Amino acid sequence: MARTLLTVPPTAKRGEVIELRTLIAHIMETGFRPDANGQVKPRDLITRFTCRFNGELVCSAELYPAVAANPYLSFTMLATESGTLSFSWEGDNGFSQSESVVLTVT
Amino acid sequence: MKRWAAALSVVACCLNATAQPDPRRSGFDDMSPQTQAMQRDDMQNPAMLTVQDGAALWERAPSASAKACSGCHGTAATSMRGVATRYPAFDNTLKKPIDLSQRINQCRERRQQSAPFAPESAELLALESYVALQSRGMPIAPPADPRLQAPRARGEALYRQRIGQLDLSCAQCHDERAGGRLGGSLIPQGHANGYPLYRLEWQAVGSLQRRLRNCMNGVRAEVPGYGAPEFVELALYLAWRDRGMKLESPAVRP
Repeated sequence: MARTLLTVPPTAKRGEVIELRTLIAHIMETGFRPDANGQVKPRDLITRFTCRFNGELVCSAELYPAVAANPYLSFTMLATESGTLSFSWEGDNGFSQSESVVLTVT
Repeated sequence: MKRWAAALSVVACCLNATAQPDPRRSGFDDMSPQTQAMQRDDMQNPAMLTVQDGAALWERAPSASAKACSGCHGTAATSMRGVATRYPAFDNTLKKPIDLSQRINQCRERRQQSAPFAPESAELLALESYVALQSRGMPIAPPADPRLQAPRARGEALYRQRIGQLDLSCAQCHDERAGGRLGGSLIPQGHANGYPLYRLEWQAVGSLQRRLRNCMNGVRAEVPGYGAPEFVELALYLAWRDRGMKLESPAVRP
């Protein structure tokens, strides 16, 4: 399990635009770099990120070798109702992680 | 006569008030606004991921028979507050100065009867950043231990010693040419006030020793191994040079 840091406001007013920020620990090895012995290190990337709110897609992203280690993504969402935000990251070597946060809209 | 003395003391007060501002600049002051924002916000600072690992290690016993760090030290927020500002410190058993990572490993060997972490390993950096975080914002306060005098002086000599094929000393860049440029990048004053830190170039958290080894490698000098006494002595001098500056651990640097 990789460490993540999620910034989600615990409450929001209806109709408010909220900013969601995610950070995940991942080496994002490009597959192009040689190691100390000259052998090319195998690629190990997060390739896809998705954020869903009550099952509905909020934001998704495809990540490529140019993305730095520990990818940080931030995006906005219109708060309309209370529900659960679920974040998921998928990548090479079967990497998969998901987190969820409850958002209360008043 | 008394009036004169009073007047003099007023003058002295004024002189103190208009004392020169500290010429020392933390590496933070010379970073781009974007990198500064990364350090200011714990939710953007990737070193906080390492800190989370450290917090978990703090609570976890290394074996069934050994206590976790928290078993003796309790809550790190209180017991470890200010600790990082005092290292490197003199160790009575080893009769030599040790830095914070060596202190953590020593505790691990002696009190937890476990194998020490490898230098620069993820676990050691995690615990060190977690401990250092508890002193964030506090002034660096190297101990006034007379036994540290000699190693500190050796550290300073090393700081001023020209080394490597490029024949450069630390002081030539970080004292004499600080603020100038080396290629495209700014030469900072080289204050060690944020270690362990997340370096964008490394895309990882690293210790002061890793940074020092980097610089030594850069001037094409022979690089001592991790944990070598030279590094602790240099760290002692650097802590003295940075005394009173605020600790920023875990910092972000370009």
